[in-house]
Amino acid sequence: MDLEVDVEKQHGDFHFAAAFSLTQRRCGIFGPSGSGKSTLMHILAGLLKPDRGTIRLAGQTLFDSAAGINNPPEKRRIGVVFQHSHLFPHISVQRNLLYGWQRTAPAERRISPEALIEVLGLRPLLKRGVNRLSGGERQRVALGRTVLACPHLILMDEPLTGLDEELKHQIIPYLKRVFQEFDIPLLFISHSLREMRLMTEEVLVFRQGALEGRMLTEELARNSMAAGGEGYANLLELGRPRAVGDLWAYAWGNTELILTDPGDSDENLFKLDARDIVLFKNHPQATSARNLLTCKVVSLFGVNNRVGVELLCGDRHLIAQIVPESVREMEIVEGSELIAVIKASSFRKLG
Amino acid sequence: MMESFLHLSSQDTHAIWLSIKVACAATLIASPFGFAAAYLLVFSKLPAKPLIEGVINLPLVLPPVVVGYLLLLFFGQSGTLGPFLSRFDIRIIFTLSGAILASAVVGFPLMVRAIRIGMEGIDRNCLQAARTLGAGWWDTLFTITLPLSGRAVLAGMTLMFARSLGEFGATIILAGNIPGVTQTIPLAIYEYTNTPGGDRMALNLCLVSIVLSFAVLLLSEAVGRSLKKR
Repeated sequence: MDLEVDVEKQHGDFHFAAAFSLTQRRCGIFGPSGSGKSTLMHILAGLLKPDRGTIRLAGQTLFDSAAGINNPPEKRRIGVVFQHSHLFPHISVQRNLLYGWQRTAPAERRISPEALIEVLGLRPLLKRGVNRLSGGERQRVALGRTVLACPHLILMDEPLTGLDEELKHQIIPYLKRVFQEFDIPLLFISHSLREMRLMTEEVLVFRQGALEGRMLTEELARNSMAAGGEGYANLLELGRPRAVGDLWAYAWGNTELILTDPGDSDENLFKLDARDIVLFKNHPQATSARNLLTCKVVSLFGVNNRVGVELLCGDRHLIAQIVPESVREMEIVEGSELIAVIKASSFRKLG
Repeated sequence: MMESFLHLSSQDTHAIWLSIKVACAATLIASPFGFAAAYLLVFSKLPAKPLIEGVINLPLVLPPVVVGYLLLLFFGQSGTLGPFLSRFDIRIIFTLSGAILASAVVGFPLMVRAIRIGMEGIDRNCLQAARTLGAGWWDTLFTITLPLSGRAVLAGMTLMFARSLGEFGATIILAGNIPGVTQTIPLAIYEYTNTPGGDRMALNLCLVSIVLSFAVLLLSEAVGRSLKKR
């Protein structure tokens, strides 16, 4: 996306400063509330004026305090999807969707409303009043409205925070599809690690108004295991299953997984807690678990009394969490061959 | 027919039409200013906001006669603006323009107050969303802010119109009580009550006044409902 930022802003007691440049197409801004995520969003969109600094997007200077440049929001071509959709209540869904599109120069209209309405499944909603939409529908319309303005970058400010778990996972496939289909750079702001992992490749971590670090999203997830709390969750995207007796078999790379939960769509997202994977040195003779995967140790990481074991099963990666004692006893090193044993019921369907 | 039923003299009908004319003109002229003032009070970050607010609300707390007298001083021949305006052959004192000005000034705070209450209910993030979608300041004003404060503007206009129909104190000072020129319904009623045997005529005009005000309220309610439905 080619975004260069170096800004500072004093906002009452709160001091915000950030300097970074991004090239990945899907980046995350991660941090607890009060870390300055929203401040950054407002500054980038032109809704808040920094005290000093520069902002450049795709070679164009949007803000430069020294040169006296401060493009207004409508000239920046940065789209925003707000936490609460903020649809215009006095016009229909259709007119909301087209609000930005109509204000985009014909030469800039890379995305056709027809295609977008199809991808987001908005056709049945078009004629409806905005006040008769559910929370998830509102967020889909808000996303569509922003995408149709054909921005050079989309900022999403905690777009899933107000929605319940189930709705969240219903919307994520739409989000991913839109960004795949229309190839728009994304800056995704959230305090949820799981949302980050589903939407971004790289993250900037903010704390108390300052950039604390940047890393791959996967790295952030692994670090969180060391920090304790929930531990690491493997996220598996599985296709349509095949019935095997009263269980379900899903293709996974070049092997198959047996699960208790049926998946009713072409894309099903499952969560597998790293602590639910049991490692064996030799093939167990008999076990109640339905999945026995032969795999190779790629790396070991972790601190204190937790060790993450990165496994390569066929062509797919899994992370198992064990204790250092086990690592020593089983003499696990990089390259060890192991059997990963997983119960069919350990996979939790998300959404 | 109305004249035979209510026994209205030609001077009375004149007063009625004049009242409607003054109220309409005052409302229409004041509306853009009222909207702008409300916008300023709601959305701007001017440090002088409390002062501006005070000045706008002054006619609400001052006796209308005082407002009229101040206007007279300001627009009179020896006033601040009078000599300037008379160069362009514009006269405010004892003319229809004077009656309209008096009504507009006295009703202005009511109008601003009503619009402001509606505007404060607008989600500011909606305005920000419009900006990020490529709408400039004026575009946002006309496509988002104005439609979203439509009902409030209507309420403000109704209040202003009703207030103008009843305006007396400032009008009689600034525009006088000249039949056919500046004599609106309240001024005509005032004259009748000062005339021996004028009670019945005054009562007729009171009736007209009630009907007129009631009609305005009903109309405003109906328009407001249809705005809400959209």
